[in-house]
Amino acid sequence: MQQRTEKIREAAKRLLAEGAVDVVLGYRAGTVPMREQPFAARSVEEADELVWSSFCCNNLANFLVRRDEKTAIVAQGCVSRNIVGLLQENQIDRKRLKIIGVPCLGMVSRSKVLDKIGNKTVFAVEEQGEELVVKGKGFEERLNRKELLRDNCFTCQHRNPVISDEMVCEPVQDAAGGDIDKMAAPWEALAPEERWSTFKEAFADCIRCYACRDACPLCYCHVCFVDESKPQWCGKTQDEADVQTFHILRAFHCAGRCTDCGACESACPMGIKMRVLTSKIEKDVRQMYGYTPGMDEKATPTMSVYRPNDPQDFIK
Amino acid sequence: MADKILAKDKLDEFIAKLREEADVYAPARVGAKTTWQEVNGAEGLDWDFTNTEMSPKDFFFPQTECMMRFKNAKDDPEGMIMKAEELLPRSRVLLNMRPCDAKAFQVLDMIFVQDEMTDDVYWRDKREKTLVAGLACNEPCPTCFCSSVNCGPHHQVGMDLLFVDLGDKLLVKVLTEKGEAASADLPPAAAADEAKAAELKAAAEAAISSKVSLDKINAREVLDLYNLPMWDKVHEACLNCGTCTFVCPTCHCFDIQDEVQGQEGRRVRNWDYCMSWLFTMHGTGHNPRGKKKDRVRQRFMHKFKYIPVKRDGEIGCVGCGRCIQMCPVNIDVRQVVDQMNS
Ligand code: SF4
Ligand code: SF4
Ligand code: SF4
Ligand code: SF4
Ligand code: SF4
Repeated sequence: MQQRTEKIREAAKRLLAEGAVDVVLGYRAGTVPMREQPFAARSVEEADELVWSSFCCNNLANFLVRRDEKTAIVAQGCVSRNIVGLLQENQIDRKRLKIIGVPCLGMVSRSKVLDKIGNKTVFAVEEQGEELVVKGKGFEERLNRKELLRDNCFTCQHRNPVISDEMVCEPVQDAAGGDIDKMAAPWEALAPEERWSTFKEAFADCIRCYACRDACPLCYCHVCFVDESKPQWCGKTQDEADVQTFHILRAFHCAGRCTDCGACESACPMGIKMRVLTSKIEKDVRQMYGYTPGMDEKATPTMSVYRPNDPQDFIK
Repeated sequence: MADKILAKDKLDEFIAKLREEADVYAPARVGAKTTWQEVNGAEGLDWDFTNTEMSPKDFFFPQTECMMRFKNAKDDPEGMIMKAEELLPRSRVLLNMRPCDAKAFQVLDMIFVQDEMTDDVYWRDKREKTLVAGLACNEPCPTCFCSSVNCGPHHQVGMDLLFVDLGDKLLVKVLTEKGEAASADLPPAAAADEAKAAELKAAAEAAISSKVSLDKINAREVLDLYNLPMWDKVHEACLNCGTCTFVCPTCHCFDIQDEVQGQEGRRVRNWDYCMSWLFTMHGTGHNPRGKKKDRVRQRFMHKFKYIPVKRDGEIGCVGCGRCIQMCPVNIDVRQVVDQMNS
């Protein structure tokens, strides 16, 4: 991690000093454990604040849309795929963008660490190789980093950036080792009514803060369907139907575009696992249409093309 | 009013008595989260929690609240006439509320119930029918800064009773008549218990490691603060998601909508938040807080300047630290306040 941090700073300083970019989007150390902050460095001095750790859980591609400056961005595998997605959808200009690629070792789930620690307050978390040292008042625990990876990082298939202008280290093994198809399996085993009750349970605690939407680089509409008021598509209340409508529609809007970056899940204050929906859609798109989002800038996203051999089993 | 003692092994009895008249709730651990739950007795009460992830403001100001109902029929003489919703049918007791949350509701009392014209019946009704028994903090979190914002770990404002955990018993500070009635059967505290509670208070206050200063904010004019160049930087990482306002015990903005289905109509209010672009969107299409910077600035200006100016120096933040813990991009209110104050 330290090596990646240094190389990121080096690249950022060079790009800023040369005037190749006005700003470098990266992460800086947060003020609380396990949260790094998206950070826009605009000077060589500011570039010295950039860091890389297991807690860079926000998707920086989210900050590229509607930005006019010449920008460099620090991007691991998933973020690079979202950049590709934004290029395909004409949301950003490749000529004004420099990508500092980071081969990724996976990010750690803050909520998994907190669950593991139980009813104790964490004051600090340090990374020591493959171990996390979690400290609080009167305790210190050493935890295995791999066991606490975010679910999506555990099943990640593209840890190396798929597009970049320079890389900060040698590529890592692309697949993280988990079985990505298993993510959707729980749904597939369920009868329709069980699916519905599982879905209801999964989203029962949602407070509709929309952090999942706002953290996601796919959600760039000027006006989201939930905020439309003429007509109002979706009720504003905490009633189940309104909450569920939001989540179902959001998941469908991500179909064939979601890179499984996990930023939505990491952002949720209530620990909702909204990837239970997007993972199923991800798998369907991959298996039924043979399409993996965010891999090829020239490809047409699968939901915008029609092919005679597209599966049409749903029309019966 | 003299302090009392409540032995923890007498809690079942105490709660049973309260339940004769009221529904009783307290923070309890469910899985990985600490949330407010209805309690039947002492079992399940958590004496080690720091605070609940969501503030208890939902008890007084639900995220979705039906205010009135009407019949959606213009030609019917009964149609389109608003009928008041029934008020809270039964009293409530909120046990073990942290001092920061209790203080937050006292600040909100000043906003929801100001005078005859500004008298929110929905808020007032629930406040009047609720007894708050606070639990002093003996071990503040690293993100707590209550002592900098007119509050503190053993603060008593906004409660009827304050419990101080002495191990196998609670020292009960009796703060209001309502509290006196609820604790009438309890034995008086001994001098040694009082001394122990005072010691814990001093230790808790000393343990608060994070502090902010407000002196320069107080001295500066509104527009000076509003025009500070720092706002250009502060908002950059913000997602405008509003999590900070949802978890905050003092945020109180709402939006009112009429919902109609067939003949049924209801008027509901839902939490709203300044982070949303829709928050100040005018019918004309003009939005005075059209940019993210304007919205982020509103949050901090409201809490640390507009509320103090309008409400005799009260601050719209009680230092609970929830927004610091929950903000997905780590926008830390302490840092922002420090910058406003620098
Ligand atoms: S971030 Fe979590 S709580 Fe907020 S809207 Fe999304 S799922 Fe609901
Ligand atoms: S929906 Fe979630 S996992 Fe998918 S791209 Fe958006 S933030 Fe990433
Ligand atoms: S400050 Fe943080 S929690 Fe609040 S709206 Fe911005 S990103 Fe969301
Ligand atoms: S602004 Fe943050 S610290 Fe202050 S009361 Fe609200 S949630 Fe707590
Ligand atoms: S304006 Fe913003 S900060 Fe103030 S109470 Fe409303 S939501 Fe909270």
